[in-house]
Amino acid sequence: MELTVNGAGRSVAAGASVADLVRDIVAQPRGVAVAVNGEVVPRTGWPARALHDGDRVEVLTAAQGG
Amino acid sequence: MSGVPFELGGETFTSRLILGTGGAANLHVLEQAIRASGTELVTVALRRVGTAPGSTGGLLELLDRCGVRLLPNTAGCHTATEAVKVARLARDAFDTDWVKLEVIGDERTLLPDGVELLRAAEELVSYGFTVLPYTSDDPVLACRLADVGCAAVMPAGSPIGSGLGIGNPHHIRLIRQGVDVPVILDAGIGTASDAALAMELGCDGVLLASAVTRAADPVAMATAMRYAVEAGRLAAQAGRIERRFHALASTPDEGRPEL
Repeated sequence: MELTVNGAGRSVAAGASVADLVRDIVAQPRGVAVAVNGEVVPRTGWPARALHDGDRVEVLTAAQGG
Repeated sequence: MSGVPFELGGETFTSRLILGTGGAANLHVLEQAIRASGTELVTVALRRVGTAPGSTGGLLELLDRCGVRLLPNTAGCHTATEAVKVARLARDAFDTDWVKLEVIGDERTLLPDGVELLRAAEELVSYGFTVLPYTSDDPVLACRLADVGCAAVMPAGSPIGSGLGIGNPHHIRLIRQGVDVPVILDAGIGTASDAALAMELGCDGVLLASAVTRAADPVAMATAMRYAVEAGRLAAQAGRIERRFHALASTPDEGRPEL
């Protein structure tokens, strides 16, 4: 299925969860947060949260900022 | 030094300087600056993985090494809804319910949108966040933010990154007198004397980023800010002399020789 991850198109296997996607993107999930279609998906809910074709996913982490 | 420990959000700090990490050329310089500043509380932003500076990894490990507490911000948010979501994401990412709440109302000045800021603050307080709002130097808005349960108020001295110092010192004094929570001068600091002035005006702390990270020598400026905050605090407690229109000799007239 096709997702939009951090503003760019990305293909992932059907049935993938948020946890699967995070594992593909970052080496370790510390300091990472996820929103799907503009809604916060808490870390504890990542494994159970299935992704769907067309979902917009934001995978965020710490950056320099004042 | 400088007397009473700094209590903020139920925690006690020795340093009254909060350092922002934005604008540092690289993580090595940032680490040196954090150490030189003596800060115990450091802001970070939340951005897409692998995009903005610091988001490619290493920033959290750096903050761990420095032994500082992390203060996530909601920089770049323009509405209460957006800021609340970013705060909740930051809480999930960093395991802290502290947030430097920013809701920007104008792109050129980056001054806050008071209406959205107050709305976001109220909502985040209700979710159990320790809310430290970046606000304007409006004494009434500062009171309203304190009234809804913010742990501090953080008025801008002047626009973010401008280095213009404290544009309206009287308003900063009014804010200090008007609220019972800590007042932290946030934004606009250009050099050490600005930070010292903030403390002399009665502020409980100073938050700055660009003044250090974009200085020609960030580590030297971080050291200067450390001393400026301490010096300003000591001066505020010491009780300065009155301003006089004319001179008042410090050397006595008695015993002056006739030549």
